[in-house]
Amino acid sequence: MNRILSALAAGLIFGLGIAISGMGNPAKVLNFFDPLGTWDPSLAFVMGGALTTAAIGYRVIFGRRQTPLFDTKFHLPTARTIDAKLVGGSALFGVGWGISGFCPGGAIPALGFAPWPTALFLISMGGGILLARWQQALPRPKIA
Amino acid sequence: MITDFTPYSSLFGGVLIGLGAVILMAFNGRIAGMTAMLGGVLEPKSPDSPWRLAFLAGAITAPLIATLLRAKFSFASPTTGPLLALGGLIVGIGVTYGSGCTSGHGVCGLARLSPRSLVATLTFMATTFATVTLIRHGFEG
Repeated sequence: MNRILSALAAGLIFGLGIAISGMGNPAKVLNFFDPLGTWDPSLAFVMGGALTTAAIGYRVIFGRRQTPLFDTKFHLPTARTIDAKLVGGSALFGVGWGISGFCPGGAIPALGFAPWPTALFLISMGGGILLARWQQALPRPKIA
Repeated sequence: MITDFTPYSSLFGGVLIGLGAVILMAFNGRIAGMTAMLGGVLEPKSPDSPWRLAFLAGAITAPLIATLLRAKFSFASPTTGPLLALGGLIVGIGVTYGSGCTSGHGVCGLARLSPRSLVATLTFMATTFATVTLIRHGFEG
């Protein structure tokens, strides 16, 4: 129960941050990537604030504690390889972000203050996730 | 479409995003990546599903409550209809193969100096820039 309440609190603060920062506003996000046109550099301040806070906070946590407060260990990603899947997937994500102006972290909170057309984006994104997961679950031809 | 440059509210909002990530790490020992959170919906039987759903619920509820309390958040979606749906589909496929998005790689991953996240973030920032430039300026003489 504790874990659920702390995740809820983290989500509330995260979502409020997205809404206040403008990260949930596709017009603003797209303008960050348009220095040749209607440029709006705000997104650099969002990323700067988020990254600095997280980097300092993580450093403090990992420096002081062996375990998180409500779990027996820190669950950190273990993958180390930089492969075509990581680069190709990220490249594709950027194309979709550039078309729509929505990223997953921006769209979820945006559902709370601009349900339409955010819902259309999220439903399509869910379809994309399921499609990719289905492909990944397909049996692979074995190369000896 | 012109949007206002908002350094203060963007920085403040960014700090809150980072704070949310720090809280989730301090209490749950987890990365605040939205792509992974969505697994809470798609894998309802996973033991991680309840706390992931709680994070998602919080992320949607906070702006909703603020709006009901008459807060105003700027919003405009230049892309609509089938093109927006196409963008969503591509984002969904991309974040699944790329194992993360702006929050997981761009904030949490970079904050713990993950080389994978650095490569992912530089890659998607570059293709987003290329896509926006192509759509907005590619067909000008």
